[in-house]
Amino acid sequence: MHRYISSTKKEQEEMLKSIGASSIEDLFSDIPEDLKFKGELQVGEPLSELELRNKLGKLAKKNQSDLVCFLGAGAYDRFIPGVINHMALRQEFFTAYTPYQPEVSQGTLTGIFEFQTMISSLTGMDVTNASLYDGPTATGEAVSMACDQARRDKIVVSATLGEDLIKVIKTNCEVKDIEVIVAPMKDGVTDIEATKELMTKEVAGLVVKSPNFFGIIEDLDELEKVAHSDKKSLFIVNTDPISLGILKKPGDCGADIVVGEGQSLGIPLSYGGPYLGFFSTTKKLVRKIPGRIVGLTEDNDGNRGLVLTLQAREQHIRRYKATSNICSNQGLIMLMATIYMSLMGKEGIKEVANQTVQKAHYAYKKLTEGGKFKPLFPDKPFFQEFALKADVDIKKLNEKLLENGILGGYELGKDYKEYENGVLICVTEKRTKEEIDELARIMEAI
Amino acid sequence: MYNDYNKMIFEISTEGRKGYSLPALDVEESNLDDLIPSNLLGDGESKLPEVSEFDVVRHYTNLSLLNHGVDKGFYPLGSCTMKYNPKLNEDMARLEGFVNIHPLQPESTVQGALELIYDLDMKLSEIAGFARTTTQPAAGANGEFTGLMLINAYHKKNGEDKKRTKIIVPDSAHGTNPSSAYVAGYEIVEVKSNEDGSVNVDSLKEVIAENEGEIAGLMLTNPSTLGLFEKSISEITKLVHDAGGLNYYDGANMNAIMGKVRPGEMGFDVMHYNLHKTMSTPHGGGGPGAGPVGVREDLVEFLPVPVIEKGEDGYFLDYDRPNTIGRLKGFHGHFGVNVKAYSYISTLGGAGLREASETAVLNANYMMNKLKDKYNLPMDQVCKHEFVLGGIKDTSTGITTLDIAKRILDFGYHPPTVYFPLIVNEALMIEPTESESRETLDAFIDTLNQIADEAISKPEYLKSAPHNTPVGRLNEAKAAKDLILTYPFED
Repeated sequence: MHRYISSTKKEQEEMLKSIGASSIEDLFSDIPEDLKFKGELQVGEPLSELELRNKLGKLAKKNQSDLVCFLGAGAYDRFIPGVINHMALRQEFFTAYTPYQPEVSQGTLTGIFEFQTMISSLTGMDVTNASLYDGPTATGEAVSMACDQARRDKIVVSATLGEDLIKVIKTNCEVKDIEVIVAPMKDGVTDIEATKELMTKEVAGLVVKSPNFFGIIEDLDELEKVAHSDKKSLFIVNTDPISLGILKKPGDCGADIVVGEGQSLGIPLSYGGPYLGFFSTTKKLVRKIPGRIVGLTEDNDGNRGLVLTLQAREQHIRRYKATSNICSNQGLIMLMATIYMSLMGKEGIKEVANQTVQKAHYAYKKLTEGGKFKPLFPDKPFFQEFALKADVDIKKLNEKLLENGILGGYELGKDYKEYENGVLICVTEKRTKEEIDELARIMEAI
Repeated sequence: MYNDYNKMIFEISTEGRKGYSLPALDVEESNLDDLIPSNLLGDGESKLPEVSEFDVVRHYTNLSLLNHGVDKGFYPLGSCTMKYNPKLNEDMARLEGFVNIHPLQPESTVQGALELIYDLDMKLSEIAGFARTTTQPAAGANGEFTGLMLINAYHKKNGEDKKRTKIIVPDSAHGTNPSSAYVAGYEIVEVKSNEDGSVNVDSLKEVIAENEGEIAGLMLTNPSTLGLFEKSISEITKLVHDAGGLNYYDGANMNAIMGKVRPGEMGFDVMHYNLHKTMSTPHGGGGPGAGPVGVREDLVEFLPVPVIEKGEDGYFLDYDRPNTIGRLKGFHGHFGVNVKAYSYISTLGGAGLREASETAVLNANYMMNKLKDKYNLPMDQVCKHEFVLGGIKDTSTGITTLDIAKRILDFGYHPPTVYFPLIVNEALMIEPTESESRETLDAFIDTLNQIADEAISKPEYLKSAPHNTPVGRLNEAKAAKDLILTYPFED
């Protein structure tokens, strides 16, 4: 028997006997003979632990994982405290499932409740759910919720969400017959005047991102007025939780729904996943929220306890009328983010945000002072990413950087013809002055 | 073992404590409002706690001890396949070369990751008998959504998407099935189940006749939510195909059939796997899962982008697919989860996967036979990897399945899934998995039989169960009424 199976052939024979079956095959007699798979699945010979370690060790080495990262565009190379992994590996967290039996799940439930509290506090909103798959799908869910709430089937999204995020929204909207209207941008930010004209009586809401795809901080107060020019229309903001250590909270700018990618909160890059979508809204809209949510209550002795609540919104109760089809979410990743926020705490999140801004601005200054690279969007306020342009082939530039162990910025030409010579540089708190100077040296010399 | 830890991180917060260290800022520091206009800046206030690193470690360790997990004890939660989550797989997913790679790195620098995803696609396709499998979907429900969009794309190509607007779902299906169909823009047509949970073929014929030309497809869970193999499966898939629809296989119960039968060879066109069930990746207290979707050859063109392909110069991300359903989510799926599933499949091989399914089925049948004296067994026939009991036989004292489930907690087990499927009264859905030893199964059987006796001898004790857990039975109505969803800070 394989080592993951805890019975022997002899035990299995005894068990078969107790059932009254003569062989394992008897237990599969309900499968029609002509359908049975007769061969052996060709998935490779079983590997011992040592063989698997060698095989995957080699595969992992084919990836370049020691590059100095100046690439962002939705996934960020940040410092991750070691405590997080140790806590996430506690079997009580990672081998448990959804807390359907709250009496033996208070650990998981408390983690979720703390997460709901912390994210609500950072975003300035009343409530937050127990997580969604990632930032883009959370944005898609926000669009669905807005259309459901307003009973309208059009949504306006700012072009500064970036191409990939807009694509995810479109994929999610197409089958639901929701029309996605892209509001144009001007100098790297949402074109407010043009957006105003798109906000007709048929539009369920306005979706913006700040800091936006180009790293620029949008003027949420102004955009809120546009979003709420009609009283049924909702204001949806996609944001970066780290940036909220220093930036004005979307909730304080009148947002109805705040979503975003939580990967920045102590989650490894891991080639794109698993990450963490967060979703916050107002108390008024709580019954429309997708996914799981935890509420405070008491047990039969009056002790404080937590349970999954408002379950009537969810698929396992309400079936097709549910607010979303989500079932499994990002439980363990959410817990990791909660531990990150606990470790960093009130001061740490500000310090991470501040160091990020300072280093990003140092890099901006350093990279533009030679004159070869110019800001693509001059004088726009940014958080950790900024776009530059130059008369050089950005692909070649990145190849040159790669030779020097540096992962260069996002090539804007991939998505935007008009920014063919543009590159989006990302600088987090993890980068050092030395690394930034080296980046500048190579870029200047190209 | 009793643990009454009942604190939240906010309650151990003390002004001035800190749990992090960062290097000193090594660039010249400017005033924030010299860098960013002050109208865009916040006040920096938040309710994040102020705690030391050790405070954090002790708090979350104590919280963890309030949980029940698979490593600690039996977790026969039906339909969730709570099998052993190998430690080796966790190590593999944490290899530096897998963890520290950015999803937008040049393809030449992530050949190992791409090879793994491609190879996992091939392995999963082989296991279920499909042409290709996308590993992008984040979880089962996300896989269902993807699969339904693929079905929609297929009909669109044939110019029929506007009239094929209905999806057939059996009334015994998992809630995500109708919900996913609805969010994918479909109208749901329910088909009745027989008493044994199988599809009522006459009802299916009627439904198809009533909705002629409008059926986009059928979603089916097999083995069914009662743990039984769908006996008329070939007839069902043929009826749907003849009506112009496609067949979707909900792979939630794949743990029963690996190496025994393949969905792609039973008339199914699209299917999702739950890697966190069948392929041993941990459930993580509710995720992350992964829900790859396999398809037959002529649906490959619709798969979400990017698809990983093998070219002359190595593996690459293919975005150039004119008929794709588009981009489903950010980046390339739950790569970290995929590494674990890949490790599992590689460790078991073809024979090991079959052995896993056979043992899971054996364990379920063994338990079912030992429990049918004191519990109702609505379907007394060979089951697959799980079975459903209909509460205790002697209900004279008014003991319900909920009481039994709560009493099970006192013995250090997680209860089975309760009150699902809806078509069985007082349902207890038990899935032992292949991981468990006979001693564990026997001990759990003894416990369930003891509880059935207690239901008669001391019913009041059961009604107030659990007695041995960190908190007692919780008031769900109060939670829904009070709606306290964030920590009630005093200020």
